[in-house]
Amino acid sequence: MKELRYLENVTTLELNIDTCIGCGMCLNVCPHAVFVLHGNKAAIMDRNRCMECGACAGNCPVDALAVKAGVGCASAIIHGWLTGKEPSCDCGGGADCC
Amino acid sequence: MRWGIGRNRYRIAPGLYAVGVPNDQSPVLVSANYKMSFDLLRRSLAGLDAWLLVIDTKGINVWCAAGKGTFGTREIVQRVGHCELDRLVSHRTLIVPQLGAPGVAVHRVKHDCGFSVVYGPVRAMDLKVFLAAGMKATEAMRRVGFSTLDRLVLTPVELTGMIKSILGAALLLFIVGGIGPGWFSLTAAWDRGTVALGCLLTGIMVGAVGVPVLLPWIPGRAFSIKGAMFGLLVSLLMLAGIETDSSLPENMALLLALPAVSSYCAMNFTGSTTFTSPSGVEKEMRRAIPAQLAALLMAGIFWIGAAF
Repeated sequence: MKELRYLENVTTLELNIDTCIGCGMCLNVCPHAVFVLHGNKAAIMDRNRCMECGACAGNCPVDALAVKAGVGCASAIIHGWLTGKEPSCDCGGGADCC
Repeated sequence: MRWGIGRNRYRIAPGLYAVGVPNDQSPVLVSANYKMSFDLLRRSLAGLDAWLLVIDTKGINVWCAAGKGTFGTREIVQRVGHCELDRLVSHRTLIVPQLGAPGVAVHRVKHDCGFSVVYGPVRAMDLKVFLAAGMKATEAMRRVGFSTLDRLVLTPVELTGMIKSILGAALLLFIVGGIGPGWFSLTAAWDRGTVALGCLLTGIMVGAVGVPVLLPWIPGRAFSIKGAMFGLLVSLLMLAGIETDSSLPENMALLLALPAVSSYCAMNFTGSTTFTSPSGVEKEMRRAIPAQLAALLMAGIFWIGAAF
């Protein structure tokens, strides 16, 4: 099965190699195998697979990772444009969900 | 359920549940209170003894809830305290589904309630193997896929979510369809309106069902482009295949409107996929929405013009 890929060079994912302690947590949580471990440091192997879910950054114990995570629904983004707020699905509020 | 009807009531009470006959050594698995997730988890653990710690995600699945923060560190810590989990089990390990990770910080959970988080596999069906291997997930268990079946089951909810917009658009089409040389004609409204509605529904089916199912085989990366291309193909086939007395402006309207609709619907599917990034979706939308609106506007002009 062919791997599904989205737009190139859009992700906001950043890895600070100096801070990284090589614990491998980002490899554990990433659903798209973006990271590999090179010796005692993590490295971004395929950044264009990143979907900006934010799992790696949130679970990095030394804050070596940064990514602007958010909701990727088109309707949520339109809602964000119109209201000037951060995009957000209406899930949980009783309305329909993304 | 897959149509999204009554989904907001499809939740279970948060709290601690048992599978089999668990004791103080049994593993604790954390889950969302979306009934579909919970039932799947319970089924996957059949034959084992385990505790299920269900947190309140307002009936939303683990991944979506983690993205929004309702499945997260705070809720887990609160629920652990509320259920007095430290008195129930002698170990200090929580198994959290990997897709919950965007909302959870392992080091903060440990700090706040003393429990270590081990991320389980993406799919509940891999849990037994994961547990048998001493809570070790293989690389394959950590990857998210998006099979044709995965995509197909998501399409009904896309359609249900659009019902209001479809009704509104249909009304507009019947009103605009009646505009003609004699100012307004009910016959024209009905005749032209039904044809236009048929095109609208075709465009929606192409964008919200056709593109998701055929996703890997439609060229291009941007969903709006995939939708527009597929829509153009279908509208060309419609023009070629159906012997009608439609005029050139009407054909032009079809060639513009149907791809615009399918492009928009396909773009909306990005919210349901497992691999699109918000930055990418936003970039795509900034280009696609003006093009879609321009195409619709031109289609409208052609279509109204065709009546005169």
